[in-house]
Amino acid sequence: MKNIISIKDFDREEIDSLLARAGAIDAAPQIRKTLDGKQVALLFFEPSTRTRMSFTSAVARLGGTTITVDSVEGSSISKGETLADTVRVVSSYVDAIVLRHPKEGAARLASEFASVPVINAGDGAGQHPSQTLLDLYTIRQSMPLKGIHIGLLGDLRYGRTTHSLAYALSNYDVTIHTIAPPTLELPESLVTELHKRGCTVQEHEDITEVVPDLDVMYTTRIQRERFPDAASYYNVAESYRITPEILEGRKEGMIILHPLPRAGEIDPRVDALPCARYFEQARNGIPVRMAMLEEVI
Amino acid sequence: MENEPRGLLISPIRDGTVIDHISAGAALTVLRMLDITGQTDEELSIATNVTSMTSGHEGKKDIVKVSNRELSKEEVDRIALISPHATINIIRDYIVVEKKGVEIPKFLSGIIRCTNAGCITNDNEPIKSAFEVTEEGLHCLYCDTVITTNPENHII
Repeated sequence: MKNIISIKDFDREEIDSLLARAGAIDAAPQIRKTLDGKQVALLFFEPSTRTRMSFTSAVARLGGTTITVDSVEGSSISKGETLADTVRVVSSYVDAIVLRHPKEGAARLASEFASVPVINAGDGAGQHPSQTLLDLYTIRQSMPLKGIHIGLLGDLRYGRTTHSLAYALSNYDVTIHTIAPPTLELPESLVTELHKRGCTVQEHEDITEVVPDLDVMYTTRIQRERFPDAASYYNVAESYRITPEILEGRKEGMIILHPLPRAGEIDPRVDALPCARYFEQARNGIPVRMAMLEEVI
Repeated sequence: MENEPRGLLISPIRDGTVIDHISAGAALTVLRMLDITGQTDEELSIATNVTSMTSGHEGKKDIVKVSNRELSKEEVDRIALISPHATINIIRDYIVVEKKGVEIPKFLSGIIRCTNAGCITNDNEPIKSAFEVTEEGLHCLYCDTVITTNPENHII
């Protein structure tokens, strides 16, 4: 039985194979009915719009059906049931479980107690492998992953998407350029791990200095609550904002990604530029999640 | 003072395990790590802050003696986290039949509490914490937190 818990469980070959499967689905989605007669439980114990909707859509497009729990209040967890018992019971109803949970490591725990495959749809500040895979898929639509220069911009300390993406890209000999406000830099332990895995990591303070080197700019939200007051937040947020002016010196073919939702990190004028790929990236959640479901069921 | 009666602080045991050279003051934590609690049936002797001579230097150490039970190396290795110089002596009929040091095991189950409050192992779930011992520190297999300093502060 296969589970998808963390991008760290994937080697390069497995990532390539899953992305290739997503590509095949994208090319001819209408002929796939691989989940015909199958049912998937979407256990979402934490709010989510995009991830839940795209998994629902992915199951439906493969011919399967879903049953959903979308809050703790509506579930037996509110009566004090453990997650371990919940997944044991739900396992007997369905063919696979997609789980989002506020606690880190929840998906790993679920996989130990479930008798059907478990897909992690985000566990607290921990792993969110479907996001990482769709990020990689979107980059690969524009360029091969090997050897690219990628800029990670924003809150790199607490942002799980950048951590997982950086880890996954370390399979492809990339150069990672980090651009983050002081105190929100990539954790030292992750930088050490990336170096060990053969990745080059370069720190920058100024976006404009690094833009000409980049093949991909991956932007993330800087959260207001990380700052002591509104003024210092707005100061920092402003200096990390992507505008058409900042992008003037970019390479031809450079792309901009963002896991969304955005909150002012990207000037809406950028949306009209050919390098803006974040809505395409969100759309890619469907074929990538279809590929993940096919992989485990 | 010269006439002060001298004697053994704790008597030798006939059969069982003696854990010697435990860091001074750590004996009670060692017992907890070995899951030997007040409910145990085993005959226990504990000596703390005993004067010890190691390599010609006087120091202090703790000793734990467990009668009628031979602790395996796997059981005792976990105490290397707080007492890396401890030795295990297996005693049969008052004779030391086996003596070895302790090594930090590669994997720790149910011994250390994860420092990440958001880790699922800190919830009311039927699982034990699980750490892999790496060069960087103790790596939580559930949430990926790495404990780099003072693991003894997080013993369950």
